[in-house]
Amino acid sequence: MMAHLRHRLVVVGHGMVGHRFVQAAIERGLTETHDIVVLGEEPRAAYDRVALTSYFEVGDDALSLLPLGAYDDPRVELRLESEVVAMDAVEQTVTLADGETLAYDQLVLATGAAPFVPPIEGRDLPGCFVYRTIEDLEAIREAAEGARVGAVIGGGLLGLEAAKALSDLGLETHVVEMAPRLMAVQVDDAGGATLRRHVEDLGLRVHTGATTTAVLGDDHVTGLGLEDAEPIAADVVVFSAGIRPRDALARAAGLDLAERGGVLVDEQGRSTNHPTVWAIGECAAPGGRMYGLVAPGYTMAEVAVDALLGGSGAFTGADMSTKLKLMGVDVASFGDAFATTPDSLELVFSDAVAGIYKKLVVSDDGTRLLGGILVGDATAYGLLRPMVATDTNPGIPLPANPEELILPASRGGGTGGVVLPDEAQVCSCNDVTKGQITAAVADGGTCDSPGCVTACTAAGATCGSCKPLVKSIVEDYFTAQGRSVDRSLCEHFALTRQELFEVVAIHQYTSFDQIVAGHGRGRGCDVCKPVVASILATQLNGHVLEGANRTLQDTNDAYLANIQRNGTYSVVPRIPGGEITPEKLVVIGEVARDFGLYTKITGGQRIDLFGARVEELPLIWRRLVDAGFESGHAYGKSLRTVKSCVGSTWCRYGVQDSVQLAIDLELRYRGLRSPHKLKGGVSGCARECAEARSKDFGVIATEKGWNLYVGGNGGATPAHARLLAGDLDTETLVRYLDRFLMYYIRTADRLQRTAPWVDSLDGGLDRVREVVVDDALGLGAELEAAMATHVGGYFDEWKATIEDPDKLARFVSFVNAPDVPDPHISFRDERGQAVPEDSAGPVLLGATIPVGAP
Amino acid sequence: MTSTREETGTRVCRLADIEVEGGVVALVDGEAVAVLRTYDDEVFAVSNYDPVGRASVLSRGIIGTRQIDGVDVPFVASPLHKQGYDLRTGVCLDDPDTRIPTYAARVSADGDVWVGAKELHEPECD
Ligand code: SRM
Ligand SMILES: Cc1cc2nc3c(=O)[nH]c(=O)nc-3n(C[C@H](O)[C@H](O)[C@H](O)COP(=O)(O)OP(=O)(O)OC[C@H]3O[C@@H](n4cnc5c(N)ncnc54)[C@H](O)[C@@H]3O)c2cc1C
Ligand code: SF4
Ligand code: FES
Repeated sequence: MMAHLRHRLVVVGHGMVGHRFVQAAIERGLTETHDIVVLGEEPRAAYDRVALTSYFEVGDDALSLLPLGAYDDPRVELRLESEVVAMDAVEQTVTLADGETLAYDQLVLATGAAPFVPPIEGRDLPGCFVYRTIEDLEAIREAAEGARVGAVIGGGLLGLEAAKALSDLGLETHVVEMAPRLMAVQVDDAGGATLRRHVEDLGLRVHTGATTTAVLGDDHVTGLGLEDAEPIAADVVVFSAGIRPRDALARAAGLDLAERGGVLVDEQGRSTNHPTVWAIGECAAPGGRMYGLVAPGYTMAEVAVDALLGGSGAFTGADMSTKLKLMGVDVASFGDAFATTPDSLELVFSDAVAGIYKKLVVSDDGTRLLGGILVGDATAYGLLRPMVATDTNPGIPLPANPEELILPASRGGGTGGVVLPDEAQVCSCNDVTKGQITAAVADGGTCDSPGCVTACTAAGATCGSCKPLVKSIVEDYFTAQGRSVDRSLCEHFALTRQELFEVVAIHQYTSFDQIVAGHGRGRGCDVCKPVVASILATQLNGHVLEGANRTLQDTNDAYLANIQRNGTYSVVPRIPGGEITPEKLVVIGEVARDFGLYTKITGGQRIDLFGARVEELPLIWRRLVDAGFESGHAYGKSLRTVKSCVGSTWCRYGVQDSVQLAIDLELRYRGLRSPHKLKGGVSGCARECAEARSKDFGVIATEKGWNLYVGGNGGATPAHARLLAGDLDTETLVRYLDRFLMYYIRTADRLQRTAPWVDSLDGGLDRVREVVVDDALGLGAELEAAMATHVGGYFDEWKATIEDPDKLARFVSFVNAPDVPDPHISFRDERGQAVPEDSAGPVLLGATIPVGAP
Repeated sequence: MTSTREETGTRVCRLADIEVEGGVVALVDGEAVAVLRTYDDEVFAVSNYDPVGRASVLSRGIIGTRQIDGVDVPFVASPLHKQGYDLRTGVCLDDPDTRIPTYAARVSADGDVWVGAKELHEPECD
């Protein structure tokens, strides 16, 4: 092809690594010179295969790496369901299943790997499956319908994942492993034995050292035949006996292959005998070795793009350390886990009862860590990983008594952040060192808690595996300083908000006097009183201006409006989902005009009217209530708005009625008092025009229902909400939301938004999922009942206020001169509206004004 | 003139018109005065003007106590930026250099609340 023309780059395979390659190509400008055609065999765009097992839980939209199904770069063409059946490395063409032939200047093979199915009799019987794609899982789910027993051939990482899936589908599940232990590649015999006990406790049947000789059955699977052992009856069989690089195209085209398979490529990913062909991911064998993990594949993709741009990046092997949670069991394996280094020593701690096994492999002189295995408790992983010494990296010298690194705290050990030198990298995702973490909490620093450190330094913000270490480093530091993290509310209560919430619930208190008498001291302050007010509001559902609790209310709640700098207030009527009729718009306009209020569209899809004098509030609200408006709670630590996009009603992309759901949710949770304000959003499709993921709870429509995201935040430290559960029907969505919000209200700290709250929980989002989705604490019904009480007991605070003379009494300018307006308040004109004039100081009214008792 | 006022002062409302640990704002000699009632039914009068937030709002603040040298000091927190003011002296608890005027205040036997003249000196704490 001639130089002045654009080049064509063809990518075969749109999986995790192929996708990463295209992303990098776009980001780094390769598409300025190349048109990219991506040919993918699967019916859907790349998805997170690593999380495949969560498919049944969250659905395919949630797993997708390209939710819109196309790249927003016109020079990239993605073709799905197009299998490449042949390639010609000399003519530089590829041929598709439908016979079409495409010429290329550069060809990138990203065809991944395929499960290895041993050549045994019966392997093709109906009821036999592999575990690699969403289609595989669909098929398995279908087969599980009528089935009772499932068997997985292979007890490795993937085999156990498949086994979990089968038992989640309600099958009695067997795991058949040829090797003498589970996860033979990652753990040793003792570790394997510990892992096995955990797996068996979950009700799975494990057969190790068992060789499958045949799949039994005539027209459908009936069981497995084993070498010198009783056959196992089973009606679903999943092969998970390892993977093989998908190198068939390359083989047929005469490319060099590694001896154990995989396209042989150099350090940049270029085929060793056809320089216009590249291979990345699991189908590639850089230096003769293939890598069955995604991270090395991603690195290969980045390196290949770099090379195509003339860069010199290289892939020189990868750290195969793994840490994962299998069926709730921590398993980690890193460095020279099997002590293959000559004269290396092993330090082992194991606690059969607790199901914990930890092994460290150290150099003969005991000064360097070479590797290790952790089963049952991998909290030390974050600490140990950076310490490991390799040929290229000296690692970090071991402390005098290395066993402390794996001993439980009770036995003299600890997660032991102390032993790390300051330069040790604690968070590998975000490259944060121990020094940076201690600096953040040191006197000069800005942080006082692990959560804050994560927010400020990003340590723990990505994969989270380093969080326990971050926590222990902070705590160790505080202990060393003789500092303790004081979580008491204020001088009047030595309790956290959560503890206070429980105390109030248990004793069924109804007033501040009871609470302070029983559990506090003094008469309270501007910190604890609003907290108590909020707790009582949640538990009693009364009017916030009722009786003695009135004086507990914070500035804005106290007048059901937001105070402004000049002592006037703003008025925000609720506009559920941002939907409003022209008639109501007119009313807002008239009220604003008649009372001379500054009017602005807020960031929350509603309208804010500023500059109301305290005595005007009841008059304004009388007009609004008569026109059918109600309080928008802009003043409360409570639900603000549920932002919507126009959704399927109008939008040509919409797949669900996002406006209806936003309105329903806003009306359901309106008035709900909480530790901090709550905001929601609902988008009608993956384009996410409602910015739902910037909210405390965000809902995004899918073809099948709704994806629920939680813990989003704008403000000072923005955070994207993360997926809690996917493809929910509306009823389930609401049930999960009820639970989520009540759990937050009960356990969060004062002024803690949902984002930092989720991070503050041990286990973070997973913990929330356990409680809300799996109902691990058995709290579900209680939380839902509490929410039902709120929904049932809701009434409009403003309507109730204007109908009650006692409550209105406070809305006056002067107690002894109700008709004298506050002379401190004055306005000037700006852009045609009234805005506060700066106050010069206290104003003295001419003594001419008649002053008398009411 | 001022002296006579000091004896009589201005009757601003009934004690019952002020919530316990609540406040009202009264117009006294043309000045906006916050009249605040503590838990033990003591009544204090201070200027309603928040010198930090620069607005006439203090009567709308939360009332409570702050312990200072073992004494529970009755205080009001500004509704704007939460600075606390000692109800007895008007001194800002978060910035001793800031101080708001205080006024003599008393509750008559029959439950009327009276506000007297501005207290120019340290009040002899009653
Ligand atoms: C009016 C409005 C700005 C505007 O003109 O658009 C506004 C005004 C105020 N915001 Fe806001 N926020 C407004 C939208 C937002 C948004 C955008 C949104 O909601 O889509 C955000 C970021 C999203 C979020 O909250 O995560 C936002 C983040 C904040 C924050 C920081 C919260 C945080 O977690 O960091 C504060 C401070 C706080 O709440 O502690 C705040 C506090 C305030 C307060 C209430 C401060 C106060 O107590 O007086 C302001 C007075 C409101 C009033 O007088 O009515 N406002 N504020 C918006 C009212 C929305 C509504 O209709 O209710
Ligand atoms: C259940 C499971 C759990 C896993 N857990 C982990 C884990 O915890 N950690 C980890 O690091 N890794 C894990 N992996 C491995 C990880 O998924 C792979 O390393 C990663 O997907 C490799 O990406 P890839 O793009 O090379 O291959 P793939 O993601 O498989 O993509 C290859 C794509 O190419 C397509 N293709 C193949 N041939 C053709 C053709 N001729 N024409 C067109 N298209 C073709 C395939 O259909 C496929 O879509 C797991 C894998 C599975 C199945
Ligand atoms: S998010 Fe809503 S508005 Fe945006 S494209 Fe989807 S349906 Fe349409
Ligand atoms: S290692 Fe810190 S977030 Fe992943």
